[in-house]
Amino acid sequence: MPQKNYSLWSLLKQGFQRQEGWDQAWRSPEPKASYDVIIVGAGGHGLATAYYLAKEHGIKNIAVIEKGYLGGGNTARNTTIVRSNYLWDEAAMLYEHSLKLWEGLSQEINFNVMFSQRGVFNLGHTLQDMRDIERRVNANLMNDIDAQVLTAAEVKEHIPMIDASPNARYPIMGASYQPRAGVARHDAVAWGFARAASNLGVDIIEQCEVTGMLIEGGRIRGVETSRGTIRADRVGCVASGHSSTLAKMAGIRLPLESHPLQAFVSESLKPVLHTVVMSNAVHGYVSQSDKGELVIGAGIDSYLSYAQRGSPHIIEHTAAAIIELFPMFSRVRMNRQWGGIVDVSPDACPIISKTKIKGLYFNCGWGTGGFKATPGSGNVFAHTIANDHAHPLNEAFALDRFHSGHLIDEHGAAGVAH
Amino acid sequence: MLKFHCPHCNEVREEEEFSYAGEAYIARPAAPDGVSDEEWGDYLFMRKNSKGWHWEQWLHSASCRKVVAVKRHTYTHEIAGCWTLAEGKRIYLEEQA
Repeated sequence: MPQKNYSLWSLLKQGFQRQEGWDQAWRSPEPKASYDVIIVGAGGHGLATAYYLAKEHGIKNIAVIEKGYLGGGNTARNTTIVRSNYLWDEAAMLYEHSLKLWEGLSQEINFNVMFSQRGVFNLGHTLQDMRDIERRVNANLMNDIDAQVLTAAEVKEHIPMIDASPNARYPIMGASYQPRAGVARHDAVAWGFARAASNLGVDIIEQCEVTGMLIEGGRIRGVETSRGTIRADRVGCVASGHSSTLAKMAGIRLPLESHPLQAFVSESLKPVLHTVVMSNAVHGYVSQSDKGELVIGAGIDSYLSYAQRGSPHIIEHTAAAIIELFPMFSRVRMNRQWGGIVDVSPDACPIISKTKIKGLYFNCGWGTGGFKATPGSGNVFAHTIANDHAHPLNEAFALDRFHSGHLIDEHGAAGVAH
Repeated sequence: MLKFHCPHCNEVREEEEFSYAGEAYIARPAAPDGVSDEEWGDYLFMRKNSKGWHWEQWLHSASCRKVVAVKRHTYTHEIAGCWTLAEGKRIYLEEQA
């Protein structure tokens, strides 16, 4: 019988067997002719959706199809930060739902996603920043989300390496602090959800690109793929940067623009930064991974692009922001840089919604901040697909808000400018 | 790094001098009072977001501050041409026809 659980005992046993007895983490079956539900996109959100569909809604005949390899898109191209300190109730409740799932995730899926609640600081550099921070912290507290306003001296006490001197170009005046926020290992999240979903019978089919949608009489009947036609009466699309191209196949327009978002990591250092630091004004964010690398990110490139790279001057801008905060990082060498394609919506909030095609659902528009939402997004999207109506937490995130005008404008409140 | 030829300055300049100003030639409904919420929302928010050739606007913000129409491939970043808005619109409409 292959190893089904990662436990202290199985780790010990494998230690004596040269680690050669481990089972494949997830199955790689051939696609069947039809499924109850097809999820397009095997990133974190897609795999989480399949997992919760199988676990909470009793749907067993599910396929997740992926044009590349599992977790090779934005899941592999982010800065791993998890937090829920959003301003508007709708967004705060959705991300907090996700944060609560993160807190039990490693246990639940029996896979160490290395979730580390090391806290997140959002720095304020102007009086207006501080007023926004106070407003957001108060809003968080009213939603039962942990948050504190810290002074510059308190920030310096927590993060000794930071330049908190009043002579800095953009002096730090204070910060908001969410202690329960933190980071998680992005690859492990995809692998863990894949393994857990596969164990519940979900077929994960890689190297299978969707080339068309089968629509009959206004409802979805399946998808055409590079590996043949696969039929299903319910299809959930979770394809981040490529959501618009999928929507086009179904004759739907989405309010999205796809932009490159770059990030980079340094060589490994001894521990210097035990938390996550974000700054809206100088516009950068940094944390240190468990391997010791500095993980650094900033904003999107301004223009529409599907090439997974960005412009060099954005890297310069990001590095300048980080060195403004941590002058000591100026001599750290960078190991690698990457660009992912993020689908930005006009109100900087996701779209988790039914569409005018019956049985076709979209989960997209996460912009620059989708990683933190992985379990919560999958959880409410699974509910939406299983019941053909929104979970209370994603009702406000429907497509019709762009016609009704009920936008959830998180641009300023997201903690980082988009 | 993208490089654009500004038809107003008649110079090839780097992307940093320009600001991206979104999809070009989105037609505003001729009679705004007569359109449904759906049509108005579509005009305001829905975008082609093409993977491939894309008509877009760039503002030459650090120089002449005029708007340039650009036809650019969003996957290869190849630039087919840069025009004034009026010249570009003529080519755009010919392509659409």
